[in-house]
Amino acid sequence: MPKRTDIQSILIIGAGPIIIGQACEFDYSGVQACKALREEGYRIILVNSNPATIMTDPEMADATYIEPITWRMVEKIIEVERPDALLPTMGGQTALNCALDLVKHGVLEKYHVELIGATRDAIDKAEDREKFKQAMTRIGLDSARSSMAHSMEEAMQVQAMMGYPVIIRPSFTMGGSGGGIAYNREEFVDICERGLDASPTKELLIEESVIGWKEFEMEVVRDKQDNCIIICSIENLDPMGIHTGDSITVAPAQTLTDKEYQLMRDASIAVLREIGVETGGSNVQFAINPDDGRMLVIEMNPRVSRSSALASKATGFPIAKIAAKLAVGYTLNELGNDITGGVTPASFEPTIDYVVTKIPRFAFEKFPQANDRLTTQMKSVGEVMAIGRTFQESLQKALRGLETGVDGLDEKTDNAEKIQSELANPGADRIWYVADAFRCNMTIEEVFNLTRIDPWFLAQIEDLIRQEQALSKKWLETLDEQTLRKYKRSGFSDRRLAKLLHTDQTAVRIYRHQFNLRPVYKRVDTCAAEFATSTAYMYSTYEEECESFPTDRKKIMVLGGGPNRIGQGIEFDYCCVHAALSLREDGYETIMVNCNPETVSTDYDTSNRLYFEPLTLEDVLEIVAVEKPHGVIVHYGGQTPLKLARDLEANGVPIIGTSPDMIDCAEDRERFQKMLQDLGLKQPPNRTARNPEAALDAAEEIGYPLVVRPSYVLGGRAMEIVHEQGDLERYMREAVKVSNDSPVLLDRYLTNAVEVDIDAIHDGETVLIGGIMEHIEQAGVHSGDSACSLPPFSLLPEMQAELRRQTAAMARALKVVGLMNVQFAIQDGKVYVLEVNPRASRTVPFVSKATGLPLAKISARCMAGKTLREQGFFKEITPSFYSVKEAVFPFIKLPGVDTILGPEMKSTGEVMGVGDTFAEAFVKSQLASDIRLPKSGKAFISVRQSDKFHAIEIAHDLAKLGFKLYATKGTAATLAEAGLEVVAVNKVAEGRPHIVDMIKNGEISLIINTVKNKSSAIRDSYSIRHAALQARVTYYTTLAGARAACVGMIHMQELKAYNLQRLHTQI
Amino acid sequence: MSQRPPAILALADGTVFHGVSIGIEGVTVGEVAFNTAMTGYQEILTDPSYCRQIITLTYPHIGNTGANSQDIESGQIDAVHAAGLVIRDLPLMASSWRKEKSLTDFLTEHQVVAIADVDTRKLTRILRERGAQSGCIMAGKIDKDQALANARTFPGLAGMDLAKVVSCQQSYTWNEGEWSLASGYQAQTETQFHVAALDFGIKRNILRKLAQRGCAITVVPAQTPAEEIIAMEPDGVFLSNGPGDPEPCDYAISVTRTLLEKNIPIFGICLGHQILALASGARTVKMKFGHHGANHPVQDVNNQKVFITSQNHGFTVDADTLPDTVRVTHISLFDSSLQGFELLDKPAFCFQGHPEASPGPHDADYLFDHFIEMMRGFKH
Repeated sequence: MPKRTDIQSILIIGAGPIIIGQACEFDYSGVQACKALREEGYRIILVNSNPATIMTDPEMADATYIEPITWRMVEKIIEVERPDALLPTMGGQTALNCALDLVKHGVLEKYHVELIGATRDAIDKAEDREKFKQAMTRIGLDSARSSMAHSMEEAMQVQAMMGYPVIIRPSFTMGGSGGGIAYNREEFVDICERGLDASPTKELLIEESVIGWKEFEMEVVRDKQDNCIIICSIENLDPMGIHTGDSITVAPAQTLTDKEYQLMRDASIAVLREIGVETGGSNVQFAINPDDGRMLVIEMNPRVSRSSALASKATGFPIAKIAAKLAVGYTLNELGNDITGGVTPASFEPTIDYVVTKIPRFAFEKFPQANDRLTTQMKSVGEVMAIGRTFQESLQKALRGLETGVDGLDEKTDNAEKIQSELANPGADRIWYVADAFRCNMTIEEVFNLTRIDPWFLAQIEDLIRQEQALSKKWLETLDEQTLRKYKRSGFSDRRLAKLLHTDQTAVRIYRHQFNLRPVYKRVDTCAAEFATSTAYMYSTYEEECESFPTDRKKIMVLGGGPNRIGQGIEFDYCCVHAALSLREDGYETIMVNCNPETVSTDYDTSNRLYFEPLTLEDVLEIVAVEKPHGVIVHYGGQTPLKLARDLEANGVPIIGTSPDMIDCAEDRERFQKMLQDLGLKQPPNRTARNPEAALDAAEEIGYPLVVRPSYVLGGRAMEIVHEQGDLERYMREAVKVSNDSPVLLDRYLTNAVEVDIDAIHDGETVLIGGIMEHIEQAGVHSGDSACSLPPFSLLPEMQAELRRQTAAMARALKVVGLMNVQFAIQDGKVYVLEVNPRASRTVPFVSKATGLPLAKISARCMAGKTLREQGFFKEITPSFYSVKEAVFPFIKLPGVDTILGPEMKSTGEVMGVGDTFAEAFVKSQLASDIRLPKSGKAFISVRQSDKFHAIEIAHDLAKLGFKLYATKGTAATLAEAGLEVVAVNKVAEGRPHIVDMIKNGEISLIINTVKNKSSAIRDSYSIRHAALQARVTYYTTLAGARAACVGMIHMQELKAYNLQRLHTQI
Repeated sequence: MSQRPPAILALADGTVFHGVSIGIEGVTVGEVAFNTAMTGYQEILTDPSYCRQIITLTYPHIGNTGANSQDIESGQIDAVHAAGLVIRDLPLMASSWRKEKSLTDFLTEHQVVAIADVDTRKLTRILRERGAQSGCIMAGKIDKDQALANARTFPGLAGMDLAKVVSCQQSYTWNEGEWSLASGYQAQTETQFHVAALDFGIKRNILRKLAQRGCAITVVPAQTPAEEIIAMEPDGVFLSNGPGDPEPCDYAISVTRTLLEKNIPIFGICLGHQILALASGARTVKMKFGHHGANHPVQDVNNQKVFITSQNHGFTVDADTLPDTVRVTHISLFDSSLQGFELLDKPAFCFQGHPEASPGPHDADYLFDHFIEMMRGFKH
């Protein structure tokens, strides 16, 4: 059946900001959908609030709306654009929920918009746990015993029937948000409360525990002729009880006989048919009892998902693209399988001849208060995927691709007790403790009993440890070629071998090269080599035959950013993709190296050639040796490739753009300070300390408060503001390991300063200012966590001119070729340079969307030798509209974490709000980050002494908006003095009822709470923020944020939807 | 673990792969073919259609779930029919609640020569580009030149009648039904039809599928004369799968012609499909490297639906030679080759792939139902 001609335009809803459980895989799927449907001639209308996505690039859709994904805003877009159809399956849970809202509020009916890809009934049946369970019973499939509860009373009744442990799953939440496993009454009540709150339908599924069963996933695609194919089976190494997003997973399934596999295949297809997924991709999850094979259906997602992105990368079958085409009427046999050059149709099942391992990456180091044990609620922030010819090889490649400082199965501890507890009660590092268990001579059976990890995997890990131990009394030169080859075939990195052999990786590499022992590159082709492929999607392995077949074209290699983490996410992937696209347009052959399966950069058709490989020195050097690129770009993938820059250069790799030496100059405190002095620019007074005593002395010299941090970090790891000597002593003791090689940096903290970010491009001659962003929060909040506005909302033109001048001076001094980002603080009219990064920054995509300047592309071309003038870009763009970037935080997923903002970055993603005025843009940024701005009610204000004066103005605004004011005694006195009507409330320490009681009782609708930057004050006010988060009360912890929110609330009713393409033409 | 003995695989084109022995020590020759199925190695090894073939499996880990006494496809007697096995990696441990022994123990028990640690992707690429090759696995004591010579003297499967080699010698009855997770193979309860199955190398799962659908089955040797079959008064005759070249099987072709004249419902699978084609006057040809896998899309010409099927054949029916009395029912979407047809004037149809799966998807199951319906229609 050919494509539908009765529809001409299609609205696609994106997934919004990156949050735990919903990461850049939905940019990947959205981009595929946009491309696939435009190729068919449909007009595409896109809405997504996340500016750091490729899908919101103006070229990707006919009309792009960077607007909050709320049904009200989408209705406005529908009203203007009048799409014929809505495709809700590409934007994760966010898009599905928004689509359901649009149906419920009659919007789709009113404007005659047809839901394609998934029907309302199918979404309901798949997402509503009770309906799903009934559906499974109808088709004769088992599911875990369970019952629904809509209140705590009902929950207790259900639990009484199930005993402990039980699993609690709230309906309609993503990433298992609000769910968990309860082993006792206290945990049960706690999780149920959270779950009832998180579920938009106030529903919980309470379920028999199948913890420890094996967990599998099947990725299924169905077309409207009922043709069903399985794209990939995935086996979770971590058994049931750990969210699949937090599990190490392996494709294909390893431990099923054909009979069991086919049962699961039949069941998966039956599930799609019963749920009524007419077209598109879905994911079905199963639990298998390892003792008798009993199979339970756990859940299904009637949309593309994180797992389908993984399955697409694991097999080379582009699920989202195919699903989009199926949604407009094609059948699978009418579509070609691109990777075989269309020789075979899409109606087949990929078969693979390698093993894929995915390992999640966590960020608990950022959230010390968070419970770091793994449960059914997803907590990881990113993932790495690796491909190898064996499980051992792919596991070890994935481990080193994580970039958590390990090169493989590095030792953690030899404390048997610790190991046992980590095995039984898994945290983020369990796989390493499994390795340690074998080092301590635990048996496979013992480890299995504690972990329930299938012995098939355990035997492989045990063998790796035995191989490591076999090296204990050896040294490098005693290894013969065959032995070394055996280790490389098992996936051991040069660095891991070096550690085991007490040498360094260079020695291992040189020794290995003497035997000409190098990896070969095999292709991912969906068909296990049955058909020839023209697609250069490759992975390394130690085998006989290499299939890389490099060309002799002029080529540029882009090193990607690896797994997402806080501080390094989709923004960098966006930049890498732009580098590849622009240089490809210019006739270069582009080569991408990356290992993050969620990304657009690892789509095999983004670059000419894709190496799905870890970003370590060893892996990159081997690819360079095969490809011999003309230039390598290390500046776009964040810290990951940047930290390889010097070693790559030392090994003769041609790095283009700003030189590694100048990157170092900007990162090295002392060199940088010297440069600023030469330029006559100011820095906050600062010192570098190489031991705790020196730190205390330095603090005395420059004075408190101080910002302290280790050198060479991204995202403000372990960065703190300290106010007194006691704080600094604790910091040096607990937060960092200071040494000669890793000094600690101390900067004077500039109180009440305005922070400004500037992105600029320098081509060696000219400087192009990309954008000036004025932060809304004061300096001291990490720039990745602050909201900012472009153009600035309060900076005077003369000040802006000064900032431009300083930026240009530094660009020249650092001999920047390409992008650079500068952070300034302005205090009392004086400009201080906080830092300079001569590389792509987190704000590049935001600036590009706000100004229409494709900064990453322009810069990539500069790096390849084309000047700004040649490209025709030399004028800064100051848009006539405002764009506000706001950060989005994972607090709701990590119970117990303090929500206060500081110099350590905590956000996982960002949104952008656009408006004619700053207020409109700001209010949209709040809506888009799911902050609910109340219209009325009781506003609680409690501010620190220094903020009291400014709080009056805000209180006035709130009173005018109709809020009743409540405040703690000190603040209340100030407000009363200013003539405002205010009710004084007890602080927690002042007796009950106090403010936390009021918040918990749902009496408060808005909280403004600023705290003195002192650990004791922060601790004291924690209960307020915690209660506010739990009760989902909107709160601001900075006065600037509160002020902007007030202005926003005044303009709430006037929000319009802006078409990005039209905005850009107005510039 | 003790060191495994060395092994090599030599191809007639001169390529030699080095690896380790994972079966018995010794020498084996055959046509080297690759199979892309990721599960079901035990079913593949025991499938009589692999007689005289050395199988390489493209999935690197083979042996993950060990071996058991249920996943065996060789007709009457438990046996490995493949001439040898070539894999990338034999895992350290087999893990499955269904496991009874390791793959190595199973191979040793069935006296199979097998090699691991081979770059099977390179081997597959060679077979894809140069076509199926004669090859020799030598395990234990290695003589490369001898192995190459052995490979080169293997004549290839063209013109080779292997159906009578693997067929049962005496007829036997079958009454075991399909496998279920809860109770394993189910015993047949009642029967409605009597089916005579001509054994050219029949897979057990075909018998199970028929038994499950109420067929009392008599499996008869490949060279059973038509009169004997007709004397059994079957409701239908099944032409089984099997190894080798269909063209030399003149006995089977002529029996099929006779049965067609008697209007007895006939269903053929794989070699049975080719025999039916030859009996109808069509020709068969040797394929470059054949179809061996569990992911092959086949389109049903009637309703355009696509089925993912299990495939295992090195010969194919030349669709251009089909007479007007047949109608094409199924086409491969990989290479448009003929996958099934029915006779317009007789109650007979056939399928090139393996609807009985085992290993592979169950999508084409409905063909068995079709056979039952056909027999029902012709039952006196």
